[in-house]
Amino acid sequence: MDASCASWASSMSSLGDVQKTAATILCCHCGVNIEPNPANMCVACLRTQVDITEGIPKQATIYYCRGCGRYLQPPNEWLTCALESRELLQLCLSKLKGLSRLKLVDAGFVWTEPHSKRIKVKLSVHGEVLGSTVLQQVFIVEYVVAHQMCDDCHRTEAQNFWRASVQVRQKSENKKTMFYLEQLILKHKAHERTLGIKPNHGGLDFFYSTESHARKMVDFLTTVLPVKYQHSKKLMSHDIRSNIYSYKFTFSVEIVPLSKDSIVCLPKKLTQHLGNISPLCLVSRVTSSIHLMDPTSAQMAEVNGQLYWRTPFDAILNPRQLTEYIVMDIEILKENEKKSFPGQGPVSHKHIVADVWVVKASELGINENTVHTRTHLGHLLKPGDSALGYNVSDSNVNNKTFESLKTEALPDVILVKKFYPNRRKHRNWKLKHLADENIVPDTASANNDYNEFMNDLEEDVLYRQNVNIYKADHVMPVDTNDINTEDEDPDAPRITLEEMLDDLTIDDVEMGEEEPQEEEEEE
Amino acid sequence: MAVRVQFENNNEVGVFSKLTNSYCLVAIGGSENFYSVFEAELSETIPVIHASLAGCRIIGRMSVGNRHGLIVPNATTDTELQHIRNSLPDSVKLQRVEERLSALGNVIACNDYVALVHPDLDRETEEILADTLNVEVFRQTVSNNVLVGSYCALTNQGGLVHPHTSPQDQDELSSLLQIPLVAGTVNRGSEVIGAGMVVNDWAAFCGFDTTSTEISVIESVFKLNEAQPSTITTTMRASLIDSIA
Repeated sequence: MDASCASWASSMSSLGDVQKTAATILCCHCGVNIEPNPANMCVACLRTQVDITEGIPKQATIYYCRGCGRYLQPPNEWLTCALESRELLQLCLSKLKGLSRLKLVDAGFVWTEPHSKRIKVKLSVHGEVLGSTVLQQVFIVEYVVAHQMCDDCHRTEAQNFWRASVQVRQKSENKKTMFYLEQLILKHKAHERTLGIKPNHGGLDFFYSTESHARKMVDFLTTVLPVKYQHSKKLMSHDIRSNIYSYKFTFSVEIVPLSKDSIVCLPKKLTQHLGNISPLCLVSRVTSSIHLMDPTSAQMAEVNGQLYWRTPFDAILNPRQLTEYIVMDIEILKENEKKSFPGQGPVSHKHIVADVWVVKASELGINENTVHTRTHLGHLLKPGDSALGYNVSDSNVNNKTFESLKTEALPDVILVKKFYPNRRKHRNWKLKHLADENIVPDTASANNDYNEFMNDLEEDVLYRQNVNIYKADHVMPVDTNDINTEDEDPDAPRITLEEMLDDLTIDDVEMGEEEPQEEEEEE
Repeated sequence: MAVRVQFENNNEVGVFSKLTNSYCLVAIGGSENFYSVFEAELSETIPVIHASLAGCRIIGRMSVGNRHGLIVPNATTDTELQHIRNSLPDSVKLQRVEERLSALGNVIACNDYVALVHPDLDRETEEILADTLNVEVFRQTVSNNVLVGSYCALTNQGGLVHPHTSPQDQDELSSLLQIPLVAGTVNRGSEVIGAGMVVNDWAAFCGFDTTSTEISVIESVFKLNEAQPSTITTTMRASLIDSIA
């Protein structure tokens, strides 16, 4: 303990004429000649007599949680603060009782080894002693950092850390929508507050510490996908006396069981509602609403989540049943041949309706009989091209609404998209993923779905505008517009370099691993 | 010789006693401890008298006196007055004064020749003071304090004044009193010197808290050291050496 200076705040008026040479008296303790002051003692003696820091503890304990690195701010708040930070100083000072009767003029940390579990704070205080004498004193308070696990870490440790969960499920054979959802979550950083993400059968579970975080996730899901959800809570424990109830909340979110490129059969009522669209429709895209397209007339319709859940309809044909067809002949439909009627919904101008004659790729050369159908892909297909489509006439569909349709009105084949057999295998872009493990169980069909999802992204600009696409690490990022290699289909859709983002990769090689390697090289 | 003493755990001994060259008044306390200290020191030379004034024990602050007399306030009862009269030596005059500033010890400081008084003191009291105590009276302040009796202690040898007294004021007072003055403290830095100690020409009593430094200041200014160098080695030395040479 040491004092640097002392100032005498005496009333100068009682000294009379200050300009006169001041009288000196002997210090009443040591007899040294001093000017009179309220204590009539020299500074050195005064310091030995009085300790203004009396009553302030010189040692205190602060509590630190090793799990999350936070300090306890009594009574029950935990603060994150760095060593020697302003926040930590505030915390330390609040620990000192009796500081209020003194005037604190300076406080700072004295450096200590971080692992010593000691924090030293150097304080300068002004205190009034013996009347109106103001004494400044500097002293050091030592804080012992004691460990105490905070409630949050305790709950994590006890494996019951989550308070709310969001169960996202899709009852469909195809997982494309789940992959799309993963990318949406990544793009909007909606997973930031999750405690954990667990792939589950048919979907994902998100875990949260509070109900509000989970609700926020549900709100996010309702804005990006047509979903419906249910809310439930389970009583974990309760205290009747203090009226405290502890619940676990669960949101069960169901995504529409439709995915891109499925064929749906709409109920009659709904077709009327959607501008008398044909009951057999292709799902062209699933975003915040379901985008439908009639392949025979290129008429479009949009079904939002609310409307879907009021009149649900199922997919009758799934992308897994797609078969390859070869276009033998194609004839663009003339303007006057197009059917139009009053009250018709919007018709796509990006698609061209055409009459097309196709043969199954597997039966090419065996079966001379071409099959006629109408397609919306007139702008893409040329004779000799491959296209993927559903064989409606041969497929076995169990659907009430489908059975009520007149069989003669049904097309034999519905073409869905152009097929690029010589698509390049290695993509020069990639997507990020939510968790280390895949969001859907790693099976061959899931892999296939993922591959198709990537193909869809390449084909559909609108679809990929909600997705962050990154440059792949090891592929030279050459502008794909310039490439025209022989074995690749030049028409195959690609993602241009402008649409890709640079990924942040941190190549942080551990020092311990690096050094021995260098030594070996030297040897 | 300066002695440390306490009155019932109180260091302000000048409040409870009055010491002059011819008598000593001591307040009646719960025990005889305080009285015994005075008696042990003084009984061989002067009477040490138990007294109260107007039923109060703060006799040092209420009365003023010197070798020639003692002045007590008007509130003093006849019995008390009679007791003091009976106990005092015959040469000491006793006088009761009707004074508005009745704490005479606080407003008057005196030795056997000179008295400093509060500037507002009654003119009549001033006359009585001069007649009874045979002193020259000066209306003065000590470092701008009007309570001269509280803030200084005087004997015929010297005086101790309030620590804030400037050298100029000290010189002025010193020339009035014709004695050396020193600014100092008693009772570990206390400024109320008159209340903290009593002193006459050969003895001083101060509070228990008085430090050795303060004692040494008191002893040197009031010339209380028994082992004083004789005049032959101090004042006469120069002339002696001069004449021998």
